[in-house]
Amino acid sequence: MEITLMLNGKKITANVEADTILLDFLRSKGCLSVKRGCETSGCGLCTVLMDGKPILSCSTLAVRADGHEIFTLEGLRDEASDFVDFIADQGADQCGFCNPGMVMNTIALLRENPDPTDDQIRAFLAGNLCRCSGYDGQLRGIRNYLNSRNI
Amino acid sequence: MITIQKYIRVQSLEEAWELNQKKNNRILGGMLWLKMGRANVNTAIDLCDLGLEKIEESDDAFSIGTSVTLRQLEMHKGLNTYTCGAVREALSSIVGVQFRNMATIGGSIWGRFGFSDVLTVFLTMDCYVELYKGGIVPLPDFAVMKRDRDLLVRLIVKKTPAKFVYTSMRNQRTDFPVLACGVGYVNDEYRVSVGARPGQAMLLRDTDGILANGISLSASDAFAAFAAEAIPTGSNVRASAAYRTHLIRVLVSRALTELGGL
Amino acid sequence: MEHQEYKSVNRSVRKKDAMQLLLGSPVYTDDVTPDDALVVKILRSPHANAIVEKIDTATAKKVPGVVDIYTWEDVPQTRFAIAGQTYPEPSPYDRLIIDRHVRFVGDVVAIVAAETEKAALKAMKLIKADYTVLEAVLDFRSAKDNAVLVHPEDDWFPPCEVGGDPKRNLVASEVDAAGDVDAVLADCDIVLDRTYHTKAFNQTMMETFRTYTSFDRYGRLHVVASTQIVFHTRRILSRALGIPKSRIRVEKPRIGGGFGAKQTAVCEVYPAFVTLKTGRPAKLIYTREESQIAGSPRHEMEVRVRLGADKDGKIRALDLYTLSNTGAYGEHGPTTVGLSGHKSIPLYTGSLEAYRFGYDVVYTNLQAAGAYRGYGATQGIFAVESIVSELAEKIGMDPTEIRDRNMIREGMVMPAYYGETANACALDRCMEHCRQIFDWENKYPVRDMGNGKVRCAGVAMAMQGSCISNVDVGSATIKLSEDGTYNLIIGAADMGTGCDTILAQMAAECMECDVDDIAVFGADTDVSPYDSGSYASSTTYITGKAVEKACGDLKKRICTIAAEMLGCTAEETVFGGDCVQQRDKDESVSLTDIAYKAQVGNTTAVEATVTHTSPISPPPFMVGMVEIELDKLTGQVTILDYMAVVDCGIPINPALARIQAEGGIVQGIGHTLMENVTYDAKGKPIESSFMQYKIPTRLDMGRLTVEFENSFEPTGPFGAKSIGEIVINTPAPAIAHAVYRATGVWHRELPITPEKIAMSRPDSE
Repeated sequence: MEITLMLNGKKITANVEADTILLDFLRSKGCLSVKRGCETSGCGLCTVLMDGKPILSCSTLAVRADGHEIFTLEGLRDEASDFVDFIADQGADQCGFCNPGMVMNTIALLRENPDPTDDQIRAFLAGNLCRCSGYDGQLRGIRNYLNSRNI
Repeated sequence: MITIQKYIRVQSLEEAWELNQKKNNRILGGMLWLKMGRANVNTAIDLCDLGLEKIEESDDAFSIGTSVTLRQLEMHKGLNTYTCGAVREALSSIVGVQFRNMATIGGSIWGRFGFSDVLTVFLTMDCYVELYKGGIVPLPDFAVMKRDRDLLVRLIVKKTPAKFVYTSMRNQRTDFPVLACGVGYVNDEYRVSVGARPGQAMLLRDTDGILANGISLSASDAFAAFAAEAIPTGSNVRASAAYRTHLIRVLVSRALTELGGL
Repeated sequence: MEHQEYKSVNRSVRKKDAMQLLLGSPVYTDDVTPDDALVVKILRSPHANAIVEKIDTATAKKVPGVVDIYTWEDVPQTRFAIAGQTYPEPSPYDRLIIDRHVRFVGDVVAIVAAETEKAALKAMKLIKADYTVLEAVLDFRSAKDNAVLVHPEDDWFPPCEVGGDPKRNLVASEVDAAGDVDAVLADCDIVLDRTYHTKAFNQTMMETFRTYTSFDRYGRLHVVASTQIVFHTRRILSRALGIPKSRIRVEKPRIGGGFGAKQTAVCEVYPAFVTLKTGRPAKLIYTREESQIAGSPRHEMEVRVRLGADKDGKIRALDLYTLSNTGAYGEHGPTTVGLSGHKSIPLYTGSLEAYRFGYDVVYTNLQAAGAYRGYGATQGIFAVESIVSELAEKIGMDPTEIRDRNMIREGMVMPAYYGETANACALDRCMEHCRQIFDWENKYPVRDMGNGKVRCAGVAMAMQGSCISNVDVGSATIKLSEDGTYNLIIGAADMGTGCDTILAQMAAECMECDVDDIAVFGADTDVSPYDSGSYASSTTYITGKAVEKACGDLKKRICTIAAEMLGCTAEETVFGGDCVQQRDKDESVSLTDIAYKAQVGNTTAVEATVTHTSPISPPPFMVGMVEIELDKLTGQVTILDYMAVVDCGIPINPALARIQAEGGIVQGIGHTLMENVTYDAKGKPIESSFMQYKIPTRLDMGRLTVEFENSFEPTGPFGAKSIGEIVINTPAPAIAHAVYRATGVWHRELPITPEKIAMSRPDSE
């Protein structure tokens, strides 16, 4: 099937099978930041934005992206750079495998709620698992970013 | 791994219904559960062009299109005001924001899953499903209907004067509930719904008049005891039947107490 | 303790790869290897113990895109172990690439190589295997001397004598003691006898096991794997495949987490075998389910402790017996169990008069266990720390005071820790510090919050090691580039922990330059100097010392060249970071000029490789305190605060040390409260996905506070000990203690689920 979508701001047309998973499609298009961590829609590693909303690309058919706009971290590095610096300062990147999904969802959070409380951050990012950091370093990083912005 | 031969964005409910009469065809909801199965699907039917992703609020009802996501429901001001936040409470523990941006009300309700917070919370309300062929059916009736190949078009929640409370117990905060419990006081009637038993949510009414004189601590406890008696539970990897029955007593009593403002 | 001012170490430097990782650069195995490799899939046994009688792959091989399918008839018949350990390994050689005898649900039955994943999956469904299903050993308590043998084969081979006997389902067995335990116990006012049980928790690193293999331009097998152990992997592959090590190159790109799981060559051999057979590149990526059911999780252990004490809380004797379940294969079985005693008993060196520690490690028809952060210490510390808290509660003594009275202190000799001396030990200060920041005095009493909820606290101590003494080897190569910067080449594996960065910090400190001037590369068996790998908490302590020594060596070489340029002797020069000066004179040459000189008419290499090992393994120490709110009716435990104070010597990078601690604590919380491992009646694992195996989310872990009490370890680089593993050890005993405070029930089996809490009644005694 032919699909046409906006990928990271560029219009692309591609042929996919009906059961091609969006995650695999995106990786085949060079968006290697998108990771797979489970088969049960529960880890958040594959998070991308579809029409601005964070979704799980592991559980989305590529054909369902037809006519829609997809952003992966490859297309949002400038926006991410604003706050990931602060996470880096905490050392909370660790193995990094969950980072792209977590960063994408944080982008979605900050667009929806530019000044979240700690509890709102935890709740919004609850679907992003991380086994290395213990989560607190990620939170401190985001909090430091918000504080630096509010000064 | 699921395999799919064809994908069609239908242009009418009739087209969707026709396609859905074939055994190997499937209507797509959020695809979260469907993807995990090993089905060989011939045609995947996508309803996304039918404008069913809206929540419409009128003076006397909410009309929720089948493609509305759980996240839309969770964030909907009107619905949460009407349900005293019960909808938000019921949905916000489901996996994560990304998951809830995909899971649809149609997929959840149609699936009538045992673990469903969604079915549990809506069962407490004056709520109906609109089926393409079957017409409008009260949700409690739909919940126990034989599964067929009809289409769920929308969910209708009547703005009957009501109060609601929702609570659940989970081993881990975004896991399936070990037990889910919704209570409502709708049109002067108490409705208690218990899900994740782990079987499908059951609705209990105050047939014995335990709450006839309103909610007190002792009446809540008495009703909870009645619920624990009346609602069968089972064991699975998350909990035993005995613990679930124990939880029915605890959660129903607490939810009723909260509903009564005690 | 030294209070030296450092420029690069003991500072929170950002990780070298932080921005690459946070911005999603393609740096992992699947990102850096081509997609046109053969897809490798493994058909796995549905039975816990069975013999493959017939296997028919003819139909499956006809699926378009299937290149080949291999069964037990196709593989070499040399047994090997996949544990990443120094040769000769304590782990028995008990595996074949594919064995006709399958020994757990998930064991390998066939290897499928296909052009696409779809073709491979289709072929798997068409392979017809006929099994003779045998009775299985599923309960590790009845495994020893069971009539059913997990490894009846005659070619089972133990490279080391560790007391194993496959005819008794025994992988290892030993007893170690000092003093007359029975006599001291008989003389004690109080003797407690308790048994504790921990499960085969899964590491669940976010990147599952994966390996890419191909022939390189020299016709050698090139292995790109997500591994902590490149050199061990090369050796393991050489034996398993029957090809010389000179024909194998193993490298690791960035690793998406390991926690010990990748200290075992779990999946490397399968694509390597496919590449050898087909000559083509091959890639194997484990699904999450495969990582859950055929990975390398923690050893399930049951630890029986007898503790003898005076009525005033003096702990006089500890007697431990550990039964460890290694599962179907023996990886790390003989070694993990040792830590359950040797890294728990020494915590009470303070007053201990005698100890005994015995163990048996048994085979069962369950998933093979392996290395997981803590490596046996976690299990033993849950038992010993729990029984000490039980003693405190029984005699009505504050559980922090009972520890003050009995704990190991600096300078003490630890008989249960191979007779080593605690050169650097701030455990006493950790306890005092933690009591202060936690407000123990006010948090310890049980407080009723109404509506069935109570708040209370628990405490635990922990220790670990900093290497495997007299075994682990770390090396570093450092070389000068012409612009005065350096390349640091290591064989240790940064699995996200930040060892590339902290080793660069040490090099920068030695070479008096910026951390940014040190480019780090690792790990690649063709390029890196030999390193046993990143495990046993050893990278900072062992490889770090190698870095420090290599830098010393390189400085001498730089000075030799500078002396030539200055027309003096090397002894007359002083290394000054960006230059070398002639002592007592104004003459100096810049590092850049020296570097250029090194490339012209020069015979002194401006690089140095140093290998280091240690006869001792200095333990880090830690105290953890937890405040919980417990709902007595539902049994739900909410972690409010987890506070920990760690003595890891001098932390080389306090920010990274803190994250290590926080990450380890949250893993420990997961094991204690929600991660469960169960099997159905036929031995099939239930928690085979993230839907069933629940690790903590960021809503499950409360507030974390981690602080440090520094000690100075004289044998470590810049006074450092280790941090990577110890941090996982305190949550289980601390939380179990807090749950007891709230409910009056000691939970001696993990996880302590809400159901267990709600449905238990207080102990009768």
